[in-house]
Amino acid sequence: MEKVIDIRDLTKYYGKHKGVEHLTLSVNRQEIYGFIGPNGAGKSTTIRTMLGLLKEDGGTVEIFGERPETEREKKEMLSRIGYMPSEAFFYSGMKVSDVLKFSADFYRKDCREERGQLCERLKLDVKKKVDELSLGNRKKVSIVCALQHGADLYVLDEPTSGLDPLMQREFFRLLKEKNEKGATIFLSSHVLGEVEKYCHRAAVIRDGGIVMEDTMEHICGSAAKRVTVRGISGVPGLPLTDLRVLEDGVTFLYRGEAKRLLEALAPLPVTDLTITEPDLEETFLHFYAEGKAAR
Amino acid sequence: MNIFGHELKRSLRSTLIWGLIIGGTIMLCVFLFPELKKELGDMVDAMSDMGGFGAAFGMDRLNYGDITGFYGIYAGSMLGIGGIFYAAILGTGLLAKEEKDHTADFLLTHPVTRTSVFWQKAAAMAVQIFLMNLVVILLAWISIRWIGESPDWEGLCLFHLAQVLMQLEIGGICLGISAFLRRGSISAGIGVAAFLYFLGLLGNITEKAETVKYITPYAYADAAKILPECILDGTLILLGLCYGGAGILAGWIRYRTKDIR
Repeated sequence: MEKVIDIRDLTKYYGKHKGVEHLTLSVNRQEIYGFIGPNGAGKSTTIRTMLGLLKEDGGTVEIFGERPETEREKKEMLSRIGYMPSEAFFYSGMKVSDVLKFSADFYRKDCREERGQLCERLKLDVKKKVDELSLGNRKKVSIVCALQHGADLYVLDEPTSGLDPLMQREFFRLLKEKNEKGATIFLSSHVLGEVEKYCHRAAVIRDGGIVMEDTMEHICGSAAKRVTVRGISGVPGLPLTDLRVLEDGVTFLYRGEAKRLLEALAPLPVTDLTITEPDLEETFLHFYAEGKAAR
Repeated sequence: MNIFGHELKRSLRSTLIWGLIIGGTIMLCVFLFPELKKELGDMVDAMSDMGGFGAAFGMDRLNYGDITGFYGIYAGSMLGIGGIFYAAILGTGLLAKEEKDHTADFLLTHPVTRTSVFWQKAAAMAVQIFLMNLVVILLAWISIRWIGESPDWEGLCLFHLAQVLMQLEIGGICLGISAFLRRGSISAGIGVAAFLYFLGLLGNITEKAETVKYITPYAYADAAKILPECILDGTLILLGLCYGGAGILAGWIRYRTKDIR
């Protein structure tokens, strides 16, 4: 399968402070890829290195199968990318329409039709000055800048923060449409629900390294199970996490052989047992908790 | 040329304001000249004999009672100080402001090379310096014509040319500084400009500090050195342009590879 992003062993330090270390991930063509991690884990460092804003200290970053070295190659790469930063900053005093045109002019394409449609769907008032916009509307400007030129790869850094639920839904509709037309999407997010709902694969980053990279089914499935047992107040001899005592039982995350769990439960007065896949949020917290415990 | 036009458009107002303030101040001084000329009379000789202070501002070599000399002393000070601070703020703001305001992220994630960004900004800086000086020259010309004086126009043209070259040199050095410093580059630029200006004054006061003329652009842009003989020092100008060019070159090399945080 053709890899659109291929990052190997990426290392970036800010002086003595670690940004990312030996980070490896890859994104296939036409994939919607989620990039999940807590603040300071290295998400933005990874994205900024991909886009050439930061120079890597080690490892390689290949985009569209090439490792751009010269400025011309980087420019060529950027012409095929639509980027949306986590925080939208524009030149003060400019009107929204001027910002959008200024951005479009770099691509030497006639983006007017696409721009008009995007502004209409996102209900963006282009006559306002960017300084007058709310956080959500600034995000919308950022979305139009990223989407208007029809890129092959969209790199979106926490794109939905500040957008209301209706706009979030519209935004993901737009992304789905782009994806169906062949675009690849790399999406960094804190909102685990949206990653779970829209992404094909995802990576969990913690402390500058990838903890897990897999399909959404596997990430949610192969990790810990959420086990709820009624009729008991504890399970001795099992490695449990996130143990919570309920009115008539306990619930916990269990990562291990099912046989061992059943053997441990067999002598206990269990009245009911449910084993479910944890949602992504639980999985994420589970990985994160493991990391904290390991430190 | 997207960025070049964008820079010019964004800074047009501040360029005009700088030009109007410096030019307006010169205009005001020129309007005072006819009255001062009548009242000064014998005081001209006394003013030219003010020792170090007078020498610093070229009063020992320029005739205060003559419009050319008067213009050289006053416009020399106003445009000298105002111009280099304008150039310093302009030069240091071009790159550093983008990083400070986080607009560098927006700009550099578009398909454009950093080399192109840098040179378009440098070109915009040069055009803005020309434009600001054009406003100053226009106001100065109107005011001199208004009071009906006939200065040595050739000398004044050379003086203004030297001022533009000095501002380009300072702008070039400060553009270089702004590629290296993430924060505080405007303060650093103003500091450098002020240091070079006062170094120039020092060079005027004492002959012992003659070597400073190879460092400060004020040495070739000082009206007291241009107007009496109506000549520019080509060697010092060349040296100054080399300093400005070196600043730009260093800035370009740094900007091409620096991390944008």
